This record gives sequence, structure tokens and C-alpha cells, in this order.
Amino acid sequence: MALMTYAQAALLALRQEMERDPTVWALGEDLGPEGGVAGQYLGLQRQFGKHRIVDTPISESTIMGAAIGAAICGTRPVVELRYADFGICAADEIVNQAAKIRYMLGGQVRVPAVIRQPIGMRDGMAAQHSQSTEAWWIHIPGLVVVAPATPADNHALLKTAIRCDDPVVYMEHKELWAATDEVNAAAEPMPFGTAGILHEGSDITIVTWSSMVPVCLAAAGKLAARGCGAEVIDLRTLWPWDREAVCASVAKTGRLLVVHQAVRVAGFGGEIVAEVAERMFGSLKTAPRRLAAPRTPIPYSEPLETRCRIADDRIVATALEMIE
Amino acid sequence: MTGTQAPRIERVHGMFLTMLLIRAFDEAAGDARRVGRLRGSVHEYIGEEAIATGVCANLLPTDYISSYHRGHGHCIAKGADPAAMMKELYGRAGGVCGGKGGSMHVADFSLGILGANGVVADGVTMAVGAAQAVKLRGENRVVVAFFGDGALNRGPMLEALNWARVFDLPVVFVCEDNAYSDRTRTASVTGGPGILARAAAFGIPAETIDGNDLLTVDAAAGRFINAARAGRGPQFLHAKTYRWRGHLALDKGLYRDPAEVAARVAEDPLARVAAWLIAQGVAAATLEVDRREVTARVDAAVAAAEAAPWPDVKTLFDDVQDAGAPAWR
Repeated sequence: MALMTYAQAALLALRQEMERDPTVWALGEDLGPEGGVAGQYLGLQRQFGKHRIVDTPISESTIMGAAIGAAICGTRPVVELRYADFGICAADEIVNQAAKIRYMLGGQVRVPAVIRQPIGMRDGMAAQHSQSTEAWWIHIPGLVVVAPATPADNHALLKTAIRCDDPVVYMEHKELWAATDEVNAAAEPMPFGTAGILHEGSDITIVTWSSMVPVCLAAAGKLAARGCGAEVIDLRTLWPWDREAVCASVAKTGRLLVVHQAVRVAGFGGEIVAEVAERMFGSLKTAPRRLAAPRTPIPYSEPLETRCRIADDRIVATALEMIE
Repeated sequence: MTGTQAPRIERVHGMFLTMLLIRAFDEAAGDARRVGRLRGSVHEYIGEEAIATGVCANLLPTDYISSYHRGHGHCIAKGADPAAMMKELYGRAGGVCGGKGGSMHVADFSLGILGANGVVADGVTMAVGAAQAVKLRGENRVVVAFFGDGALNRGPMLEALNWARVFDLPVVFVCEDNAYSDRTRTASVTGGPGILARAAAFGIPAETIDGNDLLTVDAAAGRFINAARAGRGPQFLHAKTYRWRGHLALDKGLYRDPAEVAARVAEDPLARVAAWLIAQGVAAATLEVDRREVTARVDAAVAAAEAAPWPDVKTLFDDVQDAGAPAWR
């Protein structure tokens, strides 16, 4: 085990996979000397060369389109799109090509591409650099969607994503790059669809992912101090998501609260609540709730941005309302 | 005919057969769509056959092609089985894509056919990526990207030209300029000096040719493909042609001047090859036998497709993805 940041854990995973498989390569803007926006590619171009860590023009359509072409011709590209907001520039290639090629060509070929597009608010990046777009991709058949919350998960899940034969939208969170924790460099890839129960409790189930995980854990600590047991589930992968873990927990607690940083309206929390309600309405002691961003663009000014975020005290207050 | 000419005549005769097959296939497909036996979009390649044929005649079986919505001709020229293609158009079991793709998604990876494509210019960005994979894996393959004149007005197309030059990729861009972007005259929506200048602006060797003349296409494609294979980077072939039919089988193309259509149809690339072969001493009766045989082959493909079973509905759920695959619900 070694202490490392979330960015360093991803760097380690990519280095390990590139050493293991010569068909793994990465492409995107500023990957070489700068090592990516958070140093998550630092030193890889020196180690593997410019043909495997490819600095590209600002051409998101072709970054993605070329990755797809290369993926169907025997390589495993890792696409860096810098911000989820720019993933939208490559949405056609992701949705109309990557997600559908295997299916519409009758299974002749797979698209083993990892599509990295970090999400979320960080340090006043404003409306075009702060969005959480995970629900957009979850909606598209053919895509896997991953949103790791910890350095260890970022290491183990990025390995799984690179080895996956289908396209994986891999959504790191910009505010987690510096998060530091123990990582086992020899860890095996983590299967998709395996949630983590990070705090046990029997009064309420809090389902979350990505940067809201530490916030929910802080809330769980405060709830524990008030004698309320919150079970915090980190989904880790959003498609497929671990319905069994969520339903087992709700069967125990009878209460479901979903917390995410993305906009609440048509957010993935709605799907989780609907699925639980359909499956186990009779087990619920109270109506499920969602805490998420309002349906506004993310503003620049700090107090305005803060209002879009879900603070631990709001989670505590909502959980207490549901329990009482 | 002399001994030295014989191999050339044989080669052109082979290409003539391919062109005949493409035309007969698309006439049958268009007719089937017009009477409602096919669904969706069917884009006929009639009148443009010399380009796919002349280009693919210069490719190795291991080379890749990417195509677009008007893609039947490219697939046939690269060796796809017309019977399996016709079953695909009919949405039947045994279609090259199991009936899931249809006309706009015909592909055969065993032949290096990376697929027709329903989004203009997307096959081009994929082609440059395929070329990047070729380079990364140290393979001796060339990638040909077929696209229409309308594609030159999409951003990804221009990105891909730049990309191919920057990374010096073994890709040959083949612009099939049939003068129409869907139902709009391309010239009326295109700024600047034209297609060739756009390729040249990226430093890519480019040439405009008569795409309705098979021998011209064959010679130019041979030069360009050899250059790409020899490591001289991307090449751009601008082949002028004409779309005889509407954009789609159900589009009568009434927005075009009938005099323009008549004049351009008179340039029939198939008739020109036939005339050349006859001038070289091939008997007209031989070509008539060819026509009958190809027509019979396509008729048999149609009959087999109409007789083929539908796919099992359970295949709806196959090949979506491994992790997170849909359950029958």
C-alpha cells in the first residue's frame, strides 16, 4: 500500500496497463510535457513515446472519431476530453458511433475505448467547465459509465475500463484530483457494478457517487453523533449500477436518499428512486428523497456556486426529516 | 489483342463486372424500397460505380475502407457478398449485420470494410483513427475514406484532414463529388474556391479527376494508394461524378433541371467501360452475357433475401454491451 492522490492513482493504472498491453494508448490535448490537466499522464510520453501518448489538436470530434476507428482496428485507446463539458463536443461520435457500432454491425466488432471526461464544480470554473453530465451517457445503450470517488477506486476501475471490450465513459471528478489515500498498486481490476458500503447504518440509506461521497460520509458522521445510523453507498459505476446492494440496504433501513452534484431534474437519482419504488414500495417507511443541484447553469460567483452544491448539513437535515 | 494488352483488358473486364454488379444491386434495392419491401433509407450509388470500383481494385484484401450512407457500391467493390448484403437490406437473419444495421450500416470486418455510416463525415474521422492503429501496430495497410461532396462542409471532415497531415497517416481520402448535398446543390452552400483547395490548404496532395471514367480512376487511385502505402502520408482524390437518382430511393430528385440530369446521365460510366472493352476487341455478346449473369445473381440474392427468415426477436438484446447488458423485461 502507498499513499497517493486520485490523479496519481489513475496515472499508475494507465502506466500499468500500457506496460501490460502494447495496444493501449492515449490521445488528447496537452498529455505530453504537461501530463494532462491534473498530471494524470505525467511522464508517460517520456516512457512510452509520442506514438502512444498522443498530443492532439483541439479537435474533439476527431479525437473521439479517431479513437473509435483505432478501437475497431485492434487497439485500446484512452481518450482524454479534459472536461465533461467538452465531451459534449464529441457527443455525436460517442452516441452515434461508439455506443452503437457493436450492435448495429451485428456483433462483428467491439469498441474498446475509454472516454475520460472529468465532471463537476471546482474553484469557480463557471457554466462551461463545471457540469456533471453522467445521466446523459447512462441513457445511451451500449455505454458503461464509471464515476470513481477514491484513489483506490480510480486505480482499480481505470484498469477495468481499459480492459473492457465496450466503450466506457470514465468520469473522474475535478475536485477529487488531489484527494489522497492508500492505494494497493497490485490491486486487481474492480468489476463494474460493485458498489461500496462506506458507512454502515440501519436508519437510512444514502446512495451517492463521485465527489459527493466524502460529503455524505461527513453527514453520516454528524448523524451518528445524533444517534442516527446512515448507510452510505458509493455506486462507483453508474451503468451498470449495483441495484442489489441498494435494494438490500433499503430493505434494512426502509429509507432512501440519493445525493448527487448533477442537476436534480432528470438526474440519475430519479432512476434510482423509481427503480427502488417499483421493486420494493412496500418496504419503504417514507417517500424517497433526492438532493441535487438546481436546474440552473453553474454560476461563477462563489456564493451562487455554493448554493448549487449539496452541503453535509443539508444531507443531515433531510435525513433527520425522513427519519423523524 | 496483343499479349501485353491482355492482362489490362482482363483487369478492366473484371472491374466492368464489379460495376455491373453494383448497378444491378442498387437498381434492385431501390426498386424494392419504392414498392415498400424494404424499410428506411436506401441511397442508390447508380452512376457513381466507377469510383468505388477503380479505387478498390487497387487495394489489398487487408486494407481498410470506411464508407457513408451511399455505401453499397464500396462494400461490393471491396468484396462483400451481395446475397448477405441483400438479406441485411431486407432485415433478415443471415444479413451481414444480422438485420440490425440495414442499408446504412452494411459492414464486413473480415474484408476490411469498417462500415457504411449514417452520419456524414463520421466515417472519415474513424478512417484516420484506423490509419493511426495501422501505424501503431506497424502494419502494412492503407485506409481509404469514401465520402461525398457534402461532407466537406462538416467540421469533423476538416478536423480529420488536418489530423491525417499532422500524424502523417496512410489514408486516401476519396471525395465522390456528385454535386448534391442531399437535396441541395453543394456549390450553392460552399464558400471559397472549392474542394481541391480545401485539401491543399492542409498540405495534402490532391487531384481532381473524372470519376465517371473508370480507367482514370483506376490509374489515379493506384498512384495515390501506392503513395500512401509507401509512407508518403495522406492523399486526396476528388472524383467528379453524378447521382442519377434522388438522394434516397423515395426522392424523385425533382429539384434538379431535367436537362442537367439527361446530360450527366449520358456520361454513363458503365457504357464508357463497355465501349472501351469493345474497342479492345471484346465481343459485345460477351458483355451481354455478363449483364444477364449479373442480373441473375442479383435476382437470386433478392429471392433468397425474401425467402430468408426474420431474426429471432431475442437477438434484440444481443451485442448491446457486456457489463450492463439489457435484461428481458
